[in-house]
Amino acid sequence: MATIVNTGGTSTAGARAAGDAAYARRDKWQRRMPLLPALIFTIILTQIPFLLTIWYSLRSWNLLNPASDVFVGLQNYAAIFTDRTFRQVAVNSVLYTLGCVAFAMLLGIGLALLLDRKFLGQGVVRTLLITPFLIMPVVSGVLWSISMFNPTYGLVNWFIGLFGIPAVAWTSQYPILSVLTALVWQWTPFMMLLVLAGLQSQPKDVLEAAQVDGASPLNTFFYLTLPHLRRYIELGVLLGAIYVVNTFDQIYVMTAGGPGTQSANLPYYIYQRAFLGFDVGEAAAMGVVVVVATIIIATIALRLIFKSFMSTEQ
Amino acid sequence: MATETPITDSSTAAGPNGSARTAGPGRRRIGSGVLTLFTWLVALVFFLPVLWMVLSSFKQEADASSNPPTFFFVPTLDQYSEVLASGVGSYFLNSIIATAISTLFVLVLAVPAAYAVSIRPVEKTQDVLFFFISTRMLPVVAVIVPIYVIAGRLGVLDNIWTLVFLYTAMNLPLAVWMMRSFFQEVPREVLEAAQMDGASLLTTMQRILLPMVAPGVAATALLCVIFAWNEFFLALILTAVNAATVPVMIVSNMTSEGLFLAKLSAASVLASLPVIIAGWIAQKQLVRGLSMGAIK
Repeated sequence: MATIVNTGGTSTAGARAAGDAAYARRDKWQRRMPLLPALIFTIILTQIPFLLTIWYSLRSWNLLNPASDVFVGLQNYAAIFTDRTFRQVAVNSVLYTLGCVAFAMLLGIGLALLLDRKFLGQGVVRTLLITPFLIMPVVSGVLWSISMFNPTYGLVNWFIGLFGIPAVAWTSQYPILSVLTALVWQWTPFMMLLVLAGLQSQPKDVLEAAQVDGASPLNTFFYLTLPHLRRYIELGVLLGAIYVVNTFDQIYVMTAGGPGTQSANLPYYIYQRAFLGFDVGEAAAMGVVVVVATIIIATIALRLIFKSFMSTEQ
Repeated sequence: MATETPITDSSTAAGPNGSARTAGPGRRRIGSGVLTLFTWLVALVFFLPVLWMVLSSFKQEADASSNPPTFFFVPTLDQYSEVLASGVGSYFLNSIIATAISTLFVLVLAVPAAYAVSIRPVEKTQDVLFFFISTRMLPVVAVIVPIYVIAGRLGVLDNIWTLVFLYTAMNLPLAVWMMRSFFQEVPREVLEAAQMDGASLLTTMQRILLPMVAPGVAATALLCVIFAWNEFFLALILTAVNAATVPVMIVSNMTSEGLFLAKLSAASVLASLPVIIAGWIAQKQLVRGLSMGAIK
């Protein structure tokens, strides 16, 4: 509009400027149009429920007792921060996430190094190795809790029995370790694939030059390969952490959070409180706390993705 | 192998310069062979739980839950026919509907959106992308209570369309990011040339752009299929009888008849097979999708 006033000397120039402005506006909308359906759909299905979660978290509401639905301010938050179980499952969540990401990454780097060379059946080995990631998480829980960890006929107890070690009731004696095993098994291929992509993007001439200069394979790995892999490892750790924090299926199937709430994580505990305890207010408050924690991790992750990958392509 | 062993032997025993030099490549080849063997061994150990599940599914119940484990048995299809006869059809049908239709919706919404943030970028593109990816990182537990309450009020609990819409929302951010990375690989000159020749926007999209990103669309669809098919949390909470999907079936099988390991294994194999095959096909694109298009 400002342009019209400024250039509005003769009528023809004014008309042309108005046409340009209209064109610019139409062009803007033409650019936006394809984006809008996806944007609106996502806002309706994710943002509105989240706002409602915040609203619910300020109310005391038990699904079985509609009369209980009253505004209580921050009482739910006070309740969960003094709840010892909440603190325990929060610690478990950290344990699962860090444990899974760290072990899966170490194993993933090892496997990626083994795969990053030409050998007989390379494709088959790669295919076998990614299978745990593709398997339905519920099935992976069944697999580990019954086929592998069952006290009487599980493969693990049979195997340690060969060395004279007595049978162990894995999922009830070591519930966290059992779930963690299934998680590491499932997430190692993810890390392996990211690290392998990093290894294969390494310029070959640099490696050859190092070899010609007489660098030992170990030195080449620590001074050339590892620094090159850094951003791939960082990305794997952060994306992995965001996914693993939300683990639910394996815990539901393998231990049901038990014994007691010993092996529950935050998502599982929230599920228990909301759908077995019907305590909407506290479950919602816990949900909000989880989101705040996730936002902190996610912000770091996003900055990283934008910085180290987008900068190279633009 | 037979000819190499004596050479390495003589080099370690006598160690004259000449034979040591010829031993180098030989020893390296043996080393490489050992490494290959080791790699295979590790892969098989890693794969063992899956292999054991497949083996169990072809056993009789008594062999599947025996101690010590049964390694040699006469394979039978009894468990598969029993699973198929026990009315799993509706679970599979629900999973197929939820997976296929949600994937279709995702593509219909994500392809134009990705176009809008890559080919003719809108202002604040980065903010839009940031918003999409942040919804993917939003924990489902944080929104499940209101979704359950709203679905209850609308009377769409235990309705497969509820899952269709939620799976669409779940996979949409991933699809936008992944399609964006494919659109960015389209050379600008091609599009400009089409415009010069007077092709309309729609023609350019249909005739030039879509064929070029078709492999990307396929890869994106496969990834959405993987995530939708495997989803359990929402299905557990929002379905009961009519809309229950395959993962729900597995869990109800396990709790009600946990001791029938062979049958459970057969059901598990049937449940995971579609996605495993899809994943094997999409292997090359898996990294790209998992890293939101950051790694190619």
